[in-house]
Amino acid sequence: MLNNQRDLATSNAKAYLLKNSTKSNMNLYDHLARVLNKVLDERPENVVDMFEDLSKDIKRSQFSKKMDTLRDEPESSAAFDLAEIQKVLLSKGGAEGSEGQEVELVETPLPNVMELAFYFEQAGVGLSREETYCIYLALKQLVDSQPLQKCRFWGKILGTQGNYIVAEVEYREGEEEEEEGGEEDIDEAEKDYGKDDDEDKERQEDLDPLPKSSYKSPPVVPKEDNHTGVNKFIYFVCSEPGKPWIKLPQLTPAHIVAARDIKKFFTGHLDTPIVSCPPFPGNEAAYLRAQIARISAGTHISPLGFYQFGEEEGEEEEEEAVRDSFEENPDFEGTPISELVDTSTWVHHVQHILPQGRCVWVNLAQKKEDDFEEGEEEEEKEEEPDEPEPEVGPPLLTPVSEDAGVPRKCKAFSHLGMFLRFQVNAVFIKFENIYLGWGHKYSAENYSPPAPALLQQEYLSGPEITEVDDPSVEEEQALKAALEEQKAAVEEMEDMEEEEEEEDD
Amino acid sequence: MDFRSLHFSLDLVAGSGLVLSPEQKATLQTSLVILKRHYKFTRVVFWGKILGIKADYYIAQGIGHDEISDKKTLYSLNCMEWNLLPPATKTMIDETSVIKGCFLGDPSHDYEHIETRKDEDGHEAQEEEITVKIKEEQRLAAAISLIDKEAAVVPRGAYIKTPHGLVHTNRSFEGSWSLQFEKCSSVLVLRSLLWCGLTFYHIPMTPQHGYIYMGTGLKNIDLPFML
Repeated sequence: MLNNQRDLATSNAKAYLLKNSTKSNMNLYDHLARVLNKVLDERPENVVDMFEDLSKDIKRSQFSKKMDTLRDEPESSAAFDLAEIQKVLLSKGGAEGSEGQEVELVETPLPNVMELAFYFEQAGVGLSREETYCIYLALKQLVDSQPLQKCRFWGKILGTQGNYIVAEVEYREGEEEEEEGGEEDIDEAEKDYGKDDDEDKERQEDLDPLPKSSYKSPPVVPKEDNHTGVNKFIYFVCSEPGKPWIKLPQLTPAHIVAARDIKKFFTGHLDTPIVSCPPFPGNEAAYLRAQIARISAGTHISPLGFYQFGEEEGEEEEEEAVRDSFEENPDFEGTPISELVDTSTWVHHVQHILPQGRCVWVNLAQKKEDDFEEGEEEEEKEEEPDEPEPEVGPPLLTPVSEDAGVPRKCKAFSHLGMFLRFQVNAVFIKFENIYLGWGHKYSAENYSPPAPALLQQEYLSGPEITEVDDPSVEEEQALKAALEEQKAAVEEMEDMEEEEEEEDD
Repeated sequence: MDFRSLHFSLDLVAGSGLVLSPEQKATLQTSLVILKRHYKFTRVVFWGKILGIKADYYIAQGIGHDEISDKKTLYSLNCMEWNLLPPATKTMIDETSVIKGCFLGDPSHDYEHIETRKDEDGHEAQEEEITVKIKEEQRLAAAISLIDKEAAVVPRGAYIKTPHGLVHTNRSFEGSWSLQFEKCSSVLVLRSLLWCGLTFYHIPMTPQHGYIYMGTGLKNIDLPFML
């Protein structure tokens, strides 16, 4: 009897536990059995503390997706797309290249990025090894596709939505004709835009003459040719290794001047318009190119004596023209590490960019003498308005230690400190410059956009538009009295005349 | 990031351009073990590096019973000898906010700041000039606590509050499910724009996450102009 009762109670309890939930179609009995099974299988430490987790885990693993008779949705993710692109980089190029070509030993401009990365790593600068290797492969792709003489991994610039990997290249001589096309288009487009503006103005003036503006736009500073100044090298960028390399446009001085006044994050898309307070004449590609030039000019350094000036340049020439070329010194034997710690043993090997936005100063006054005064005032405030003094920057191969003496250029691009450090670590003759960062200059003070220019005068000030004080009551009354007197005199005169006329009749 | 995962997780955040040299990594793996034992921390995280002009600060944080409130910050100049930083107070943060320029790398350096205070005792409000001296150590503590407060993140669900009110790492955290900002193929990397140099990483669907700061320790106050 007692046994029966107990059995009944047990079976009742079991039946209750076996009751399926209306929501999940599971029952507690099976669930507990599974949990205990798992515990006994795995035998984790301190099971009681993680019992809830285990239970949750098992419940989650019971979830099964509804079987669908439709086809699988194609899985598209950014990671997959990128992997597809990089597959080309990483797969061995055995298929299309015949063996004969591979054996052929051509002197390649491809830099040994991995070796440099090793030295950088010693100084705590660099990217992860996988990324460096991918960049190396991407550079190889660039070298294979373009007729390059020199190629260098310039650095990486971070952006808010994507990054830029920058390569600095030089074409083989005579193999860069095709690049001119795009540049001129932009120039023409700008000119056209200007024309439209002028026409509009003329049309308006016919209808309703407006006061003429006395403002003359400053003369455009001509850009520097290829292989000189800021356009000495050509830069290619890509957002991820494996993606196509895009050539950055040539740099105009206007871009540099404008880039100095603004501070913007890069987005990672080259065609993003730059919306800034002093307007920037171009899109992100131009801004990126300008920042690259500024960083190069401010920070690229080499050990003293590694480069020397070419010998064909005479001593007399030196005073007139800024020397802009140098060659490797074949006799350079390296500097001992102990000396490299001192900043005076490091020299700049990229030309300083003048306030005008060029490396070599151009006298705009000679071109257009009428336009010159306003233009000059706008651009170089340091100069006398009537006589342009050539802007002179520190010459090439100036020791870094002399930078501090020039207050105008506080050239602490945020990573300069690091440039110095890694190079000290490098072996005697090996040195390299790299930039990794956000691409902004460091300044101790906050950035503040330059104040807008003063309002221009619309009319020449003269007595007719000059404001005067209101007359006082006495003055008004005096005037009124004077007017009445005048009126009375006139009326008297008229009366006299009328009388005379009447007499005539 | 947890110092035990340093050797592989550092690679994940290296895209920002700063890494630790093999020597430093090796030193940290040794010295942080000792540090954990000496201070009786339950967990030690390598917090990052603040660049100075003469030397760099390496920062580690030791975590006691609570992930958020029981945290001690230590700094080192050579990755080997660690010194405890004072906890940052509100006045300390206010005082140090006036200092401009890079860190020097000398914790005992005194920054001098002239403060003008109005004295309202007399008939006329008199301006009094007080020179406030601020140690770089204090500035460092303030900067770290500000970065932690303003920019540091963990994935939702990574920490859990126990019934006793303590915050622990969530053992059953299995990674966030959907993450929009995917980059570097399969690792999620977030970079702070307000504190340039702070990088957060998380491998989706795994409990691996962490953040590291490598930068100048200066807040990017120009941010509104730069977006």
